[in-house]
Amino acid sequence: MRKFKLDWLILPLLGFMAAVVVWHILSQTVSKDLPSPGKTWQESKDYILKPFEKRGEMDQGILRFTWYSLLLVAKGYALALVVGTPIGFMLGLSKPFAKAFDPIIQILRPVSPLAWLPLGLVLFLSAGKSASDLGALFTIAVCAMWPTVLNTAVGVRAIPQDYLNVAKVLKLSRSKTLFKVLIPATLPYMFTGFRLSLGIAWLVIVAAEMLTGRPGVGGFLWQEYNALNYSHIILCILTIGLVGFALDRLMSVVEGSFKTA
Amino acid sequence: MAFLELKNVSKSFGGLPVLKDINLHIEKGEFVAIVGFSGSGKTTLISLMAGLLRPDSGVVKLNDLEITEPGPDRGVVFQNYSLLPWLTVSENIFLAVDRVNPNWSAQKKKTHVGKFIALVNLTAARDKRPGELSGGMKQRVSVARALAMEPQILLLDEPLSALDALTRATLQDEISTIWRQNQKTVVLITNDPDEGIYLADRIIPLTAGPGATLGPSFKVGIPRPRDRKAINHDGRFKELRRDITDFLLNSKAQRHTTLTKKLVLPDIEPEDLSRPRAVLAGRPGPKRRSEIKKEMVEVE
Repeated sequence: MRKFKLDWLILPLLGFMAAVVVWHILSQTVSKDLPSPGKTWQESKDYILKPFEKRGEMDQGILRFTWYSLLLVAKGYALALVVGTPIGFMLGLSKPFAKAFDPIIQILRPVSPLAWLPLGLVLFLSAGKSASDLGALFTIAVCAMWPTVLNTAVGVRAIPQDYLNVAKVLKLSRSKTLFKVLIPATLPYMFTGFRLSLGIAWLVIVAAEMLTGRPGVGGFLWQEYNALNYSHIILCILTIGLVGFALDRLMSVVEGSFKTA
Repeated sequence: MAFLELKNVSKSFGGLPVLKDINLHIEKGEFVAIVGFSGSGKTTLISLMAGLLRPDSGVVKLNDLEITEPGPDRGVVFQNYSLLPWLTVSENIFLAVDRVNPNWSAQKKKTHVGKFIALVNLTAARDKRPGELSGGMKQRVSVARALAMEPQILLLDEPLSALDALTRATLQDEISTIWRQNQKTVVLITNDPDEGIYLADRIIPLTAGPGATLGPSFKVGIPRPRDRKAINHDGRFKELRRDITDFLLNSKAQRHTTLTKKLVLPDIEPEDLSRPRAVLAGRPGPKRRSEIKKEMVEVE
C-alpha cells in the first residue's frame, strides 16, 4: 500500500469516523432506544469534563469510578501474580507436580468469572460488609492467574540446557540457581503471562462490579442500565476499552524492557 | 597413580551404545587431547568427566575419588560458551568465583575476577553482556570463568570449533600460554588433529561410533613453546598427523559391516504407453502385480 504523510493519524481517524457514522445510522433506524453519538455526548459530558467529582455513591466522575476499579484490579492482579508465579515454577520444574495438578488446572481454567463470583461471595460470607469486596478480589485473582501459571511453566520448561549445565557445573545452591538462572531465563515468558493476566483481570472487574454493585465503572454501567440512562452505558464501554488498551500498552513496554538477548 | 582415571566406562542412550570400554589415565599437569569424529561421543565423554552424566558401567575417578556429580573442582568450557546472557562478562565470572570462595571479601572477589578477565585480554569488555561479544570473546569469557574457579582440572569440550580459523589460532595460542603459566591438568576434546598436536602432550583418538572407544595414545614429543609456523614443517608433526588421521579413518572403515537382505521387487507393472488416452478418465494407471487377476496368453 502507498504511504502518505500522517497516514498513522489519518487512517485511524477515518476508522473511528466510520464507526461513529454506523452508530448514528443504527440509532436513527434500527434501534430508536440506542442514544445517538450527539445525545451520548450531551448526557455524558458532565462525567467527562468533571472526571473526579463526587455527587453521590453511584453518581461520580468517570475517572473516579475508573480509579475505584483500578484499585480493586491492582489488588486482585497482585494476588494472582503472587500465587500464580510460584505455581507456574513448580509446574515447570517438577514432573510429578505437573502430572498431579495439570488436569485440575485445565478444568478450572475455562470457568467464567460469572461462575466464580458467587462462590467467592459464599467463601467470604462471614466477612460481613466487606464480603463483596473480598469475593470480587477472589474472582479476579482466580481468573487472572492462569495465563501467568501456564506461561511461567512453559518458560521454565524452555530454559536451554546450557544454562542449567552452568548451574550444575558450578553446583550453585538452590536459591542461587533460582535467582541467578531460572528466574532471569523465564522472565520473558513470565511477562507475556503477566500481560495476558492483566487483560483478564480488567475483563473480570466489570463483571464482578456488575454483580456486586460496588462503585466502579462496571457498577456504574449496570446501575445506569437499570436507571434507563443508556448513553452512560456507552460512556462506560468506551472508558473500559480505553483503560484496557492503556494497560496493555503499558505492560508491553515493561515486557519489552525485560527481554534479554 | 593417575590423577584422572576412567576404568571400563560404558555409556549408552536408549539402547544404543555410545561409548564402550573407555580406559584413560591422565597424570597431574598433563595436557591431553582427545580427537574424534563429530557424533562419536566426545561430548558424552567429557560430560562423564564433568559429572553431568553417570556411566552405565565402570568408574570415573578424580584424585582417587569417584565422580558422581558435577562440581567446581572441574572447570568445564562448553562448545557453545554457556554464558548467562543477562549477566555481564564480569558478573558471569563473579558467579563462579562467588560460588567457590564464598568467604572472600567483596574486594578480593572483584580483584580475582579482574585478574582473570585481564588474563584473557577482555578488560575493555568487562561490563558488556554476552550478546554484544563475538564468538571468540564469548569463548574467552567461558575460559576465564573456568580458570577463575581455580579447578583441579580443566575440561574443554570443543571450545574452538565454533570459531573462524583466525580467531581459532589466536585462542589456541592463548590457551597454550595460559597452560604453560599455571600447568593445570587439561583435557581438550577436539575434532581437529592439528589443534591437538599443537596444544597437547598426548593425543588419544576416539574411534568412530556407535560404541566408540579410545585408541592408543600418541605422545607429542615436540618441545614447547611450539611455533605455529615452524611446526608445519616439523617431521614429527607431519608423522603424528598422518598416524592419527590414519587411525581415525581406519576405525571408520572398519565400521562397514555386511548385511544380507532379502531382495523384494517393487510390486508394480509397467504402464502401457501405447494405449490412447481417454479424454476424461486419462490413461489407466499402473497396475500392481498382486491386483492382476487375469492373464492373457497367446497360443499357437
